[in-house]
Amino acid sequence: MSDRAPAKKPARGQVQPGRAATAAAAGARLGVRKTYKLFIGGAFPRSESGRSYPVRDRDGELLAHAARASRKDLRDAVKAARGAFPGWAGATAYNRGQVLYRVAELMEGRAAQFAAEVAQAEGLSAGKAESAVAAAIDRWVWYAGWSDKVAQIAGAANPVAGPYFNFSVPEPTGVVATIAPQQSSLLGLVSVLAPVIVTGNTAVVIASEPRPLPAVVLSEVLATSDVPPGVVNLLTGYTGELAPVAADHMDVNAIDLTGTGPADRAALERAAAANLKRVYHDGERWADPPGTRRLLATLEIKTVWHPAGI
Amino acid sequence: MGIESLERQPASRREFDVSEVATSDAGLRQVLHGLPGVDQVGVGERAAALATRSIKKDAKLTALDLAIAMVDLTTLEGADTPGKVRAMCAKAMLPDLADPPVPPVAAVCVYPDLVPVAKQAVAGSSVAVASVATAFPSGRASLAVKLADVRDAVTAGADEIDMVIDRGAFLAGRYGQVYSEITAVREACGPAHLKVILETAELATLDNVARASWLAMMAGADFIKTSTGKVTPAATPAVALVMLAAVRDFEQTAGRRVGVKVAGGIRTAKDAIRYLVLVNEIAGPAWLTPRLFRIGASTLLNDLLMQRSKQRTGRYASPDYFTID
Repeated sequence: MSDRAPAKKPARGQVQPGRAATAAAAGARLGVRKTYKLFIGGAFPRSESGRSYPVRDRDGELLAHAARASRKDLRDAVKAARGAFPGWAGATAYNRGQVLYRVAELMEGRAAQFAAEVAQAEGLSAGKAESAVAAAIDRWVWYAGWSDKVAQIAGAANPVAGPYFNFSVPEPTGVVATIAPQQSSLLGLVSVLAPVIVTGNTAVVIASEPRPLPAVVLSEVLATSDVPPGVVNLLTGYTGELAPVAADHMDVNAIDLTGTGPADRAALERAAAANLKRVYHDGERWADPPGTRRLLATLEIKTVWHPAGI
Repeated sequence: MGIESLERQPASRREFDVSEVATSDAGLRQVLHGLPGVDQVGVGERAAALATRSIKKDAKLTALDLAIAMVDLTTLEGADTPGKVRAMCAKAMLPDLADPPVPPVAAVCVYPDLVPVAKQAVAGSSVAVASVATAFPSGRASLAVKLADVRDAVTAGADEIDMVIDRGAFLAGRYGQVYSEITAVREACGPAHLKVILETAELATLDNVARASWLAMMAGADFIKTSTGKVTPAATPAVALVMLAAVRDFEQTAGRRVGVKVAGGIRTAKDAIRYLVLVNEIAGPAWLTPRLFRIGASTLLNDLLMQRSKQRTGRYASPDYFTID
C-alpha cells in the first residue's frame, strides 16, 4: 500500500489529526506496528484462543495488545519443552555456555530496542532503562559462564569404604515452569530464566502480566540465536490463569513461583505436590547480585558407583 | 453431485444378489466400475468439515472410552519378542493400572508366529487375538503359501485374521484373482473373523478404494481395513469416509453389516475422535461398536489414556505415568 498518495490527497470527509497530517505531508512513513506474540517451540504463534489483552504504560496509555495465552498454549509449550529436553540436556556444558553467550551478544546488538521497550514498560527514564538492560545482559553472561562450572560446586567425589569410585553429579531436573517477576520486565526475566536453562533444563516462562513486551523481544533474540527450538517457551497472559495450569501439569518437573503473589502460593504449592514438582521462590531476592542458589534449585544430584582398580 | 452422490445414492438401484455376481474379471469389472464415482475434492472437504466437530466434556470422555474399546493394540515389528507381546497383552487387558475402570481394548494384533504367546497371555479375558497373514505386508506369495500362513495362525488360536489383498492384481484389473483369493482365505479362516487390508495408499484413487471395498465385501470380508501401517500415508479421513460409505451402501444392498478398521498413523486421541465422528456421520451410530469399527494402533492407546486422565483429574498428564510401549 502506498503511504504517500492518500496522505497528500485525503479522502473526502476523512479527519486527519493535525500532527499526522503534517508528518505525512513531510514524507514520514506510516507506522509499522509490532505484533507481540507467544514463543512456543521456536515459532511465534498467536494464542490458539485468539485472545489478547491490552498492555498499558505507567500512565495508563495503551502500548500494545499482547497475546493472552490459554491453558492449551501452556500445554503446547510444555510439550515443546519436553521434546527439546533430551537434546539440550545432552549438549555439552561448554556448548550450552557458548549458546547462551551468543544470546548475550545478540541482546547487546539490540540494546537500544530493549532499552526503549523497558523504558516504556516500566516508565523509566532512558538512562535508567539503559542501565537495566546492561544489567540484564551482564547477568545473562554471568550465568552463561556457570554452564561448565556448576558441576564442580554441586558435584563431588565421595569417599566410600570399598573398591569403588563414588560420584555425585548434578543433572537438570527437566521441564521447568517459571513465573517471571511482575515488576522488572527484562532484568527480572533474565534473572529467573538464565539459571534454569544454563544447566540443561528447558523452560516454560510466563512473562510479567502487566509488562510483557520486553519479554517478547527477548524471545525474538532467542529465536535468532543458537538456542534450539523448545528450550525456552515464552507465554504472555494472565498469571492467575496460567500459573495453576502449570502447577497442575504432570509433565512439568519444577516450578518457580517468583512472580506470584504470597496469597496464591499455598494453592500453587499444593497443586505442584501432585507430581512432586520442585518448588522454588525467593520473593524479591532475584534482584540481589546473582548467586548459585537459583542454579542449584533446578538440579538433581545423581550418585553413581563405579568399580575401581579392576 | 459429488458428496450428494456419495451419500444419498444408496446401492438400491444396483440390486443384485452377491452370490450371483459373476466372479470373472469381466463380471466384477462391470459391477465395480458401475459404482458411483467418488468426488475426491468433495470427500476431502466433507472429511475436513467433520474433523472440526468439537467433542467436549462428557461426550469426550465417552468417546475416549469407546475409542479405547475399539483399539487393536498392534505390534508388527521384525524385532518383536514373546516378552514384548506378553507386555502388550497385559496392557491390552488392563490399559491403565492407575485407573482400573478403563475398558480393555478389543484385540491385540501380532504376526502369526506370536499368536500362541498372545493367546496364552490374554486367556480368560475379552481381548481377542488378531493375526496378520497372507504374506503380510506385501502379499507377494503364492496362494498356497498365503493359505498355509492363514491356517497356521488359525490353528494357533487366532480369533481374527488380517489379510492383505494382492494390490498388483487389483491394479492390473484382475479382480477375479483378488476375489477368489479372498474367498479362499475366508474358507481357510474357519470360525475366525476376516479383515481384508486394502492398503489404500497403493490404490492411487478413491474410486479404487471404493471398488476394493466392494470387492472385499462381496468376497466375504467381515471387516475392511485401510492399511498395513507399513506404507505412508496409511489411514486418512478421506479414505475412511469412502470405506464407511461403502459398508453403509453394502448393508442396504446385501443386508450384511461389514466393519471398518482404520490402521496406521493414528497417534492422538484427537485423531481417533475425528474418526469416530466420521463413523457416526457416514456409516451411522450402528457402527459405533468394537464389533464394527476398530482402530489399529500402538502409540495411540497412551494418548487416549492421557486424555482420559486429563478429563478425569483436570490435570494435563505426563507420559512418565504410562507404560512405554
